[in-house]
Amino acid sequence: MKAFLAIVSRDLRLALRQGGDILTLVLFFVIVGVLMPFAVGPDRPLLAQLAPAIIWVAALLAQLLSNDRLFRTDFEDGSLAVFRHAALPLEAVVAAKLVAHWLLTGLPLIVAMPILALMLGLDAERFWLAAASLGLGTPALAAFGAIGAAVTVGLKRGGLVAPVLVLPLSLPVLIFGAGAFDVARLGGSSQALLLLAALSLLSIALAPFAAALALRISGE
Amino acid sequence: MAQTQPKPAEPGWFTRIAHPGMFMGWTRHIVWPLATITAIAFVIGLYFSFFASPADYQMGDTVRMMYVHVPTAWLSQFCYAVMFCSAIGTLVWRHPMADVSQKAAAPLGAAFTALALFTGSMWGRPTWGTFWEWDGRMTSTLVLLFIYLGLIALWRAFDDQLKAARIVAVLTLVGAINIPIIKFSVDWWQTLHQPASVFRADGPTMDGSMLAPLLIMTVAFSLLFLTLHLVRMRTEVTKRRIRSLELAQARAAGGAA
Repeated sequence: MKAFLAIVSRDLRLALRQGGDILTLVLFFVIVGVLMPFAVGPDRPLLAQLAPAIIWVAALLAQLLSNDRLFRTDFEDGSLAVFRHAALPLEAVVAAKLVAHWLLTGLPLIVAMPILALMLGLDAERFWLAAASLGLGTPALAAFGAIGAAVTVGLKRGGLVAPVLVLPLSLPVLIFGAGAFDVARLGGSSQALLLLAALSLLSIALAPFAAALALRISGE
Repeated sequence: MAQTQPKPAEPGWFTRIAHPGMFMGWTRHIVWPLATITAIAFVIGLYFSFFASPADYQMGDTVRMMYVHVPTAWLSQFCYAVMFCSAIGTLVWRHPMADVSQKAAAPLGAAFTALALFTGSMWGRPTWGTFWEWDGRMTSTLVLLFIYLGLIALWRAFDDQLKAARIVAVLTLVGAINIPIIKFSVDWWQTLHQPASVFRADGPTMDGSMLAPLLIMTVAFSLLFLTLHLVRMRTEVTKRRIRSLELAQARAAGGAA
């Protein structure tokens, strides 16, 4: 457990001391969200209706963009090779990195979400729904992103392949995440939120194994 | 197994079939007969589906689209099952033929999925009044197509095909969660696409006059898949041999210089 926390705090420290990464991520998230009113037109009722979808698409794209650096720097500077021979199994290392990754890419999005919610005119009730669905859904996005990042870590031009691989897998997250707002279709938002939570728990439990397997193969 | 015995035993039937050299040997003789049987099955199936089966009392002649749509849709999922089994073979036994089978199946699966979507939308237009509807089965089949294309892209991104096989295998296993979603999508979300009517616990809900051409066409398309899969596997083995010969030649030329 100590080693697990050490890896989490190492990743957090590395990202925070380098600086700028979180700010860029949040900026990207807000800009993608702001892009939509320009594309759709400044129609406030329509935007308020589309707000959950816009927030979710922006979050998905922002997380997709940040997935590549989950393993790449460690792979290039050789830390990953050291992790493979650590006392901690590689699966646990991946899980620790996943936790740090979510704190660095999932949490800032939830914190930045009120800005978008305000600009898109999301009402108070659906605001809390958006916070809940992002909170429950972003861990699953991070988990699928980890699989994609692990699979493409050995590729020099993996930057474009990983999103293509990850997007179809993360569609269910988007469906249930944005579906939490659509009470009529899924019969109550609590059901969609429960499914989202189940998806997150399942993917977080299984992703470290798949990602560690891919990392082992890539490291050979 | 052979490893536990002190001296190398006689290779088992599976080893004999799956050894690349042997594989090339025994498949050489069955590609043409298999292709012929496939052609005959298609002739019979097309005759039945165009002439010897009745038009639907509601859909009219458009029902004949079913004889192409259902087999391709079934193969789009079967192909993934083949890739899934091959992926396990790659990861567990590191069998070279499993790699080859995996690689050969991916473009076929993508083609059959695209065909199923295309024929489905052609069929949907006259019967449902729309080319495309965002219902569970269509969406999940579209996701399957994206997964196939992503896997092909991943294959092509790697230079080292041995490593690529094992990496792609990991992703194939992850992507397999989509298959049960497709299968049960018509039961979970009661939308436009009709529920299962052939493989049911209480027997098919289709008349024999339509079921017969459907089954013949399914067999024909499955044979087509088998033939193409074998041919692609043979091509891949030959390609790898040529590549290793070229590498050896280049190495020899480099050594001489």
